[in-house]
Amino acid sequence: MPKIPLKWLEESVDLVPGSSAEDVASALVKVGLEEEGIEGGSVTGPLVIGRVISLVKEAQSNGKTINYCRVDVGEHNDPAGPGHKPDNKDEYPASRGIVCGAHNFVEGDFVVVVLPGAVLPGPFPIGGRKTYGHWSDGMICSAKELGLGEDHAGIIVLKSPSGESDVFAGASVADEDLVPGADAIPLLGLDEKTIEINVTPDRGYSFSVRGVAREYSHSTGQVLRDPAAVPLTGKRGSGFEVDIDDQAPIRGNVGCDRFAARVLRRFDPTAPSPAWMKRRLDQAGMRPISLAVDVTNYVMLELGQPLHAYDLATLHEPIQVRRAKPGEKMTTLDDVERELSVEDLLITDSPNGERGSRAIGLAGVMGGLDTEISETTTDILLEAAHFTPVTIARTARRHKLGSEASRRFERGVDTALPPFAIERALGLMQEFGGGEIEEIYTDVNDVDPVEPILMDPDFPSRIVGVDYAPEAVIESLERVGCKVTVLDGGRLSVVPPTWRPDLEVQVNLVEEVARLEGYDTLPSVLPVAPPGRGYTHSQKVRRSVARTLAEAGLTEVLTYPFMSEQRLDEMLVPEDDIRRQHAVRLANPLSADKPLMRTGMTATLIDAVKTNLGRGAQDVAVYEIGRAYRADHIGQVPTSFSGTAITPDDVERLNEALPGQPRRAAGMMVGNRVPASWNHAAEPFDWTDAIAMVQKIAAVCGVQLDVSSRPFEGLSLMPMHPGRAAMFRLLDGTPVGYAGEIHPKVAENLGLPPRSVGFEVILDPMIEASEGRIAPATPVSQQVLAKEDFAFVVASDVAAGDLVAAVREAGGELVEDAHVFDVYTGEQIGEGKKSLAINVVMRGADRTLSAEEVLAVRESIIAAAGEKFGAVLR
Amino acid sequence: MTDLSPLDAAGVQAAVDEALSAFSAATTLDELKEARLAHTGDKAPLTLANRAIKDVEPADKAAAGKAMGAARAAIGRALAARTEELEAERDARVLIEETVDVTLPVTRGLTGARHPLETMQETMCDTFVGMGWEVAEGPEMEAEWFNFDALNFDPDHPAREMQDTFFIDPVESGLLLRTHTSPVQVRAALERREALVKEGRGIYVVCPGKTFRTDELDATHTPVFHQIEGLAVDKGLTMAHLKGTLDAFARSLFGPDAVTRLRPSFFPFTEPSAEMDLRCFVCGGADALCRTCSGTGWIEWGGCGMTHPNVLIAAGIDPFEYTAFAFGMGIERTLMFRHGVKDMRDMVEGDVRFSQQFGMEI
Repeated sequence: MPKIPLKWLEESVDLVPGSSAEDVASALVKVGLEEEGIEGGSVTGPLVIGRVISLVKEAQSNGKTINYCRVDVGEHNDPAGPGHKPDNKDEYPASRGIVCGAHNFVEGDFVVVVLPGAVLPGPFPIGGRKTYGHWSDGMICSAKELGLGEDHAGIIVLKSPSGESDVFAGASVADEDLVPGADAIPLLGLDEKTIEINVTPDRGYSFSVRGVAREYSHSTGQVLRDPAAVPLTGKRGSGFEVDIDDQAPIRGNVGCDRFAARVLRRFDPTAPSPAWMKRRLDQAGMRPISLAVDVTNYVMLELGQPLHAYDLATLHEPIQVRRAKPGEKMTTLDDVERELSVEDLLITDSPNGERGSRAIGLAGVMGGLDTEISETTTDILLEAAHFTPVTIARTARRHKLGSEASRRFERGVDTALPPFAIERALGLMQEFGGGEIEEIYTDVNDVDPVEPILMDPDFPSRIVGVDYAPEAVIESLERVGCKVTVLDGGRLSVVPPTWRPDLEVQVNLVEEVARLEGYDTLPSVLPVAPPGRGYTHSQKVRRSVARTLAEAGLTEVLTYPFMSEQRLDEMLVPEDDIRRQHAVRLANPLSADKPLMRTGMTATLIDAVKTNLGRGAQDVAVYEIGRAYRADHIGQVPTSFSGTAITPDDVERLNEALPGQPRRAAGMMVGNRVPASWNHAAEPFDWTDAIAMVQKIAAVCGVQLDVSSRPFEGLSLMPMHPGRAAMFRLLDGTPVGYAGEIHPKVAENLGLPPRSVGFEVILDPMIEASEGRIAPATPVSQQVLAKEDFAFVVASDVAAGDLVAAVREAGGELVEDAHVFDVYTGEQIGEGKKSLAINVVMRGADRTLSAEEVLAVRESIIAAAGEKFGAVLR
Repeated sequence: MTDLSPLDAAGVQAAVDEALSAFSAATTLDELKEARLAHTGDKAPLTLANRAIKDVEPADKAAAGKAMGAARAAIGRALAARTEELEAERDARVLIEETVDVTLPVTRGLTGARHPLETMQETMCDTFVGMGWEVAEGPEMEAEWFNFDALNFDPDHPAREMQDTFFIDPVESGLLLRTHTSPVQVRAALERREALVKEGRGIYVVCPGKTFRTDELDATHTPVFHQIEGLAVDKGLTMAHLKGTLDAFARSLFGPDAVTRLRPSFFPFTEPSAEMDLRCFVCGGADALCRTCSGTGWIEWGGCGMTHPNVLIAAGIDPFEYTAFAFGMGIERTLMFRHGVKDMRDMVEGDVRFSQQFGMEI
């Protein structure tokens, strides 16, 4: 995002007197330019120019070599004589002693010295200290330490009279200012503040000093001095020949609608960039390179118009702008050969008279290596073109080549700028590097005129809710650069400025009026919604399920739905199980080992259990309510529709293509349900707890479930213990879930304690089953009840639930409750058999049951149990 | 010892006195029982004297009966009184003896809790349902059309790039993990447009739920997060109504003094668009070192704006007849600044201690 040095901004707009950087930032926020950070101004002195008088390399026992330097810091020098203890055995000239670990400098170099009492960005206060057997008075600074940039290695060398050291490019100080002891803060621009701005995608023009100055002017009313308003010299005509030939516009947009070019001859390629320009480039986050390149960057940062300088000597006229051909390749400035797509827009030239035969630039993204200007280039062709956003955005992304140019073009650049940007840039090059600018310049201009937007002057008031006078609307629009004409009847015809391609429809103009008038003028009015229908049945039930599980002692967690294949392996889910077959796969998973979306929630809930066990918990009970995802097939979702609006049919087609993702509830319990305490022994969780949770959920949902050990079609019993897993179905047979003990081998694979238990149910069908149901009330009988106990001996594979169901059925409506209260196996019963003791409660609705009635029920229960299960009364 | 005569007034009185003092001397119910047997039992002098009334002269019978009646009544009253006293003492002693240490641990079983991200969403929804709004939900695995096209995202919008959005394999399927809950706005509007057009019933919905973006988990980012969005479509809705709704929402979560601020921004699905800030509810802007607002006085809370006409058109609603506003904020972010949660990882790792500190409501 653009970094705007305030000094540079001030050239285009006067700041409100007394404004701090923070004030400027908040003025910009008001109109929609958010500040990302403020740089500079965080160094306080003494930070001075120093000259290295002597430098002694001393090897240390830790393998490092340090330099003991005596540095001339002018007025800050210690007087000549013995040094500071422990350096007081030697005599030194007037200077300070500093220990430095960097090695990119030599005696005689001019450096930046921070002395005790200064504070560097951090904040990092500097003091004198004893180190490596010397007294060190501060530091010789690197660019990073001063907040001047991250990528410069070593300390800053401002000038190296011996020529042995590389001079730091980022901060230029004129020779006459290189005086030992001089305050380096203003010389390095460290007192200058730079604001980094977050530009939203609709404000491409704010990717420049010009655009930010305009916004600052909108916010404060300060007058804008447009830096692009330079008088044009020369004549538009048949300059260097340029031909735009886009045979494959993207989405109807020709890739290039303007191309201006002009020649500068006999330029001095050795001329340096002025110090102020280099400093500003550095503050704006770009590295100074050479005068010609620096000027193109400088003008781009200032006006927002990307420029490209070609070495004219390497060019073959004419230039043609066209799409790449199939299989075409080119080598960009970064020396990478790129395979081009037919969607890439190219700048080409015409060697050997073959028009457009050589690619010399990936339009609006990066130039080519062949025609790059070099340190010997004297004749320059400067290009300023306008490329359409879609083309540039696609090319930049396709080649992963986000450049300063592409960032601007994809957000939209002012179509009127090219000749002005060239004028400004060639003027700067000529001013500092000499040469002659050719009189005739090329400007191929196919830019369509901006269409007017028609708007009623009261439209902004209707959308915003503030009464704007028509004059205020017109004034705001004119301030952003629109041309406003009042039509007969009062309608406005608004032509947006060339730098605002985002202003396309009426509401775009509304935003301009609203933000210029200020969002702080908005009244706060609470709208009155029509009476709502409250929460849906599903929403109410789910909230109740969540609360019920929490009250049953389980803690709610939210696990990521991303799943590895390995997890399915650990859970011993077989190959043909639909939890593998119907897994939805991510095209771009965050981590390559978790490419799947969970097909059941237990698969990821395990992660939460492991987290807690790993942190020392022994008794863990967790649950999650969420979705798992399964698709029979991933088809193709329709992406376009007949009209502008989507129809109910379209929605249905879309929804059908979506993977199944019903809501689920799952839980896992590990360790003790009741931890041991002073008054009772520990009670471990067991399979009954898991089943009980599902029964609680079913009760909340208001449904009865069929419980059995019969597996579901297409699903193995994994990860459950095959003999200790309950399968739940709605009474119509719809599978809804399972509960029980985790398979011992699975528990081992997952690192869970033995006898861990869990459950998982699909909530949606359970909730739908009770949707809209109005339960009829049964009268509460006040009659005396009768109790009968039965001890039935049955084969050991008879399910207690089935026997109880038969007992209830046989007992008819007089049976109020029937439940197993004891299970017994042993010698008395015989092998392969068990005794189930059942307590039956009977009650008449309107009478006390007679002994004969009770006896009759008893006998029919015994008869039914005998008939259906061979049950014998013990 | 000679038998006591019922006519021996002094003797009877002495026996009564003796009994009364024996009752008083009894310190337990057992001793009292002994004293009772000794003084009112079959062999007690007064019992014998009473029995002897039948043997006195007829003329004296009445006097003897009266004297003995008075004596027995006095003993009976004293016995009852002493019994009551001793029973009360015994009851009090039993209660003292049964005293327990009520500070011992009493919980059997584990204590569960809701996850605060869930209770936060519920609390937020409650506010809106209370204002007549409805809660709309939609699929997490969504069609690209609903997630982007319907929301006026240009086909070349950078958000559609792989670096932000989880796409379902194969990419041509047009499926993704929704990057925001905004597709639910469109679905909700589609479902309700008939009532809007035919009955003039404005659409007022909030859409809470899980969303996904390809951010690595760190202290302030998570690839799976939660949002709540609101959408209102009606005749004559303005940005002032948006501001009013946000202020009401802020007050419900941060108290009666909560204030919001809008500043211009950009979203493809709203125009005009705004960022919404909440006046710092901790320092009110008065503390330059405030950790909640970093001293700025404002907390960035969410985005909002007037729904773009293209979005209404996609949902089959005429933007010339109806206007709409929308807003959205992150649940994680809200939880972080409202409760001072420092690290996003605490919310996602499933450590039960994190949920348990919040309990059942937030």
